[in-house]
Formats: sequence, structure tokens, C-alpha cells
Amino acid sequence: MSRLVVASIGPASSVQDGGRFGAQRYGLTVSGAMDRLSLAAANTLVGNEPFAAAVEIGPFGASFTARDGAVRVGISGAPRNADIAGTPVAMDTSVTLKDGETLTLGFARGGAFTYLAIEGAIKGEPVFGSLAVNARAGLGSPYPRPLQAGDEFSVDAASGAPERGIELPKPATGPIRVLLGPQDDEFDEANKALFLNSEWKISATSDRMGYRLEGPAIKHLHGHNIVSDGTVNGSIQVPGNGAPIALMMDRGTSGGYPKIATVITADVGRLAQTSAGTAFRFKVVSMAEAQDEVRKFARLIRSLPDRLRSSDTIALNIAALSDANVAGHAVSAIDAGTWQVTAEP
Amino acid sequence: MAATLSPPRLLPSGDSAVTVEFSRTIDEDANQRVLALDKALAASPIDGITETVPTYRSLLVHYDPEKIGFDALGEKILPIATRPLPPVTRARRWRIPVAYGGEHGIDLDDVAKALNTTPDDIIARHAGGDYKVAMIGFTPGWSYLSGLDKSLHMSRRQNPRLLTPAGTISIGGIQAGIQCLAAPSGWHLLGRTPVRTYQLHRKPTFLTEPGDRVTFFAIDHKTFADLDRAAEAGEIVAEQVDA
Repeated sequence: MSRLVVASIGPASSVQDGGRFGAQRYGLTVSGAMDRLSLAAANTLVGNEPFAAAVEIGPFGASFTARDGAVRVGISGAPRNADIAGTPVAMDTSVTLKDGETLTLGFARGGAFTYLAIEGAIKGEPVFGSLAVNARAGLGSPYPRPLQAGDEFSVDAASGAPERGIELPKPATGPIRVLLGPQDDEFDEANKALFLNSEWKISATSDRMGYRLEGPAIKHLHGHNIVSDGTVNGSIQVPGNGAPIALMMDRGTSGGYPKIATVITADVGRLAQTSAGTAFRFKVVSMAEAQDEVRKFARLIRSLPDRLRSSDTIALNIAALSDANVAGHAVSAIDAGTWQVTAEP
Repeated sequence: MAATLSPPRLLPSGDSAVTVEFSRTIDEDANQRVLALDKALAASPIDGITETVPTYRSLLVHYDPEKIGFDALGEKILPIATRPLPPVTRARRWRIPVAYGGEHGIDLDDVAKALNTTPDDIIARHAGGDYKVAMIGFTPGWSYLSGLDKSLHMSRRQNPRLLTPAGTISIGGIQAGIQCLAAPSGWHLLGRTPVRTYQLHRKPTFLTEPGDRVTFFAIDHKTFADLDRAAEAGEIVAEQVDA
């Protein structure tokens, strides 16, 4: 066994996986990665199951040191500068840290969450099938709380497998897509239009429980107290002050404010990766389109192993990457130019 | 053959869940239909349903859209949701010990004052109630109870507290509650129970189920301390009666 030691880490960083399902009826929320596609990509890079437990790194920097042997990791998600002893490491690639080497990741530049997957995955004691940290309930393994400097993971020694890159579809831009409901009838047409036609920003007070949206106040038709009912990832509830909150992975399993709309599954990760202060809009889609998109999203996750590329191709891009990173742009080896990004499956 | 019941509303909760809504208000009949549908779906599962979450007035049904679509699922749920309710079966009943007032129930005196009566009278009315677990939500094990004596209905606190203790027994609006973990709350705190409705390494992890009946009985603060130690060590410390 090797160890991967957290040498430094910022707030809002924790072990996350695909989530904890099956006990929402008892008030136990799902938790899990804020950006499931990036978690799956990082895991795929090192040969893990897509929703294995990995480190979710919040917007600030972090560094990790291999001890007692080499450790192979994959990184994906919000772009940042990354290096091992000054040698740049590209986003969306795997890399092996030799015993004693440190991987240093800078601040997220655009987005919030970057995933560091470890070959063989993070090991721990699952609760309801998951290692995901739910800090409020004191759940998660090996650490039932956000990570701190000095924490360490017992991990498989690096296999020596060739390094990989992964070719992901270009991130979608454009509005965050929603389905109206379940309580859109608690709002009149003018207020639904206000919600859909306004520019929104994510408040800096947002967290894994909910993203508070800054924009015009949305008024209810019959007041803001409804009888509590169930919530999902991406439920957009409107409390009494009219400022909507998009419920995220650590949401309460039930809530008593009217929910005007629900972010479609394929766009929840994209909302999660929207930086505080960045303006964006919502757009309504039909149920048919939303269900088409969620199925496409599931196929994309399954297709990730087919999107792995050899390390030779990555090496070609390292020079360009290094230049770009020095110049202050975050660029992945893939974006640096060799591969044609194919259409989503 | 009994006539079928009025159909619930099928409200989309995103692309992977549907809210089956029987009522817009807290309504005992609606809650019975929610729990009956939940039970029926557990007994004869529909392929593609991944998880159900009963609440006062609706059943949230999570599903895998790769296995079943919104419309097809709705067509399968409606006939089950409009079936006449099965005869009421005997529910499991929990007798929950509560240390009322003092440091464990800091709002007891104020509630008594607001309702023009004595703390002992409030305890008698609260402990004398016959409650049903209508839903569990918000945080693990937080059991929302219907059946609060009408004379104890009062609006929630103007200023919710940011943190209230684990085991808090409280009332808010027309509801009563058993709170398991420390959490924010705007309800009135009458006492504390040593009973853990959720305890990670205990079997069962979750004590209460929607549909269970609940009654309370008063214990002194010394007994609370003893039972609290036993509960911490994994004992259930609530009495189960098959009433």
C-alpha cells in the first residue's frame, strides 16, 4: 500500500462519490459529487468505476504528496494550474506521483470543483453504499467531514499503467435547462416569465446544500408556506424573500417552499460549476427533451472508457499547455489542439 | 366493488422523479393515501422506480428514465393510486420517554404563558396525545407527527434558532416533532428524549417509519441522563407496543 497525504487543502473539499441513495424516506440526503461527469472522468482516467469515491476539491488550491510508494491519480473538473515540482500536469489526464513527489493544484479558474481520483479508488466504510461526506449528519469515510491538511488515504500502489488523457465533449454553454414544476402553479405567468427571462448570479453564500440565486424577487401567488414535500437535486425553491435557491447534493430531503422549476439532470453539474458572480439564464425544456437529455447523459458516462487516449498524444500537447499555463490560461491537453471533439453519443 | 378514488396530480420533479400529489394541505385522508401508495409500490415494485419518499400529502417517486419514461410511469401509478384504501391495519406504536422543561425544554414555560395555562398542563396535553408519523424528512430521523392537540396549535417562533439539541421534542404550527440530530429549528422546544430515531451503527439504523403511532411519557431529568447513556451505547430505550 502507498499513502496519499493531503499536504494542503482549502475549504469545501471532501471525499465524494456517486451518492447515497435509498434512505431519503428517513431524511438522509444523497450527497455525492456536485459534478458527476467530472467525477466519472477522473475515475475513468485511472481505471476506476465512474462513481467511485474521489477527492472533490473546492475552489481553492490543494496539494497531495505520495508516501511509501508511487500513487497514480486522474484529475478532471474545474480547470486549474497543476504541476509536480514545476512540471505542468494537464487537466483531464492521469499522472503518477513517485514516492515523495507532490502534486500541486492552483485555484479553480472558472467553475468550482475539481476531482482527484486515485487508482484503485479511496477506501473506507460505506454507509448505505456510499463513502460520500455528509458533514451535517457526520457521515462519510475515511473522514466524515471536509478534508484538512494532514489527512491521508491508504491507497493501492501505482500499477505502472501508461498515462491517459480523456476526450470530453466541449462543455455546453447557453442557458441552464429546467423543467417547470412541481409547484409552478404557485406562481402567476408574470413571475414565471420573470424567473425565465432574467439574468441570475450565484451568491457567494452558496454551498453543497443549495445555491442561492441573485436577481429579481419572484413573488408567490398564495404565500410562501406550502406543506413540506420531497426535493430532488436541482429543485429550485422560492422562499419568502423571493430569492430562489437551487437545491444541491446536501439538500434537505423535504422542503416547505414552492418549487418553481427543476434543473434537468444533464445540467445540474454545469450549474454546480458556475462560479459565484457569473451571470446566467434559465430556459424551459419539454419533458420529452429533458428525458432525452438525461438518457444521453447516462450514455455519455458509460462511454467514458472509449474516450481515453494514449499518453503519447498528451505529451505532444504538454509544450503548448505549459506555454498557455505560464501565460495564465487554464488549458487542458485536449483543448490544446490535437483531438477532434466528436459529437455526444 | 368500491368506487375508485379521485386521481392524484402527477407533477414533474425534474426528469427523474414525479411528485404524486393527493392534496395541497395537511390532510389525514391524503396522508393515508400517500402511505398506502408507498406500501403498494413496495409490495409490487414497478420496474424503474429507484426510491420513494412519502410526505404529508404527496409521494415523491424517483425513477430511472433509462428504464421507464414519465408518461409510462404515470400510467402505471394512477390505477394503484386510485384504488380504494385497504382496511386500516394495526400500526406499530412507540412509547417515547421525554424529559420536559428546564434545560431540556427551554420554551415550555413560555408556551404555557402564551396559552394561559401551567407547564404541567402543557405536558399533560402533549404527552396525552395519540400521534402518527406522517413523514420523516429534513435531517435523518426527523419525524413529523400529526395528531397534535388543537389547544397546542401555535405559530412558529419569529426567529428560528440556528441550533437546537439532538433529541428535541417540539411543536410548530399544527405539528409535533421528534428531532434526532442537532439542527436549526423555528419550533417551540418542550423537552428532550434520549431516544435516537437514527443511530448509525445500531440495528435498526432508523427507528421510526411513516405510519407508526407514537405516544409520549414524562421522565425526570435523572432518568433522562441514565437512558441517554444507554441509548448512546446502542439501546433503543423507546418501548415498542404492537397496538
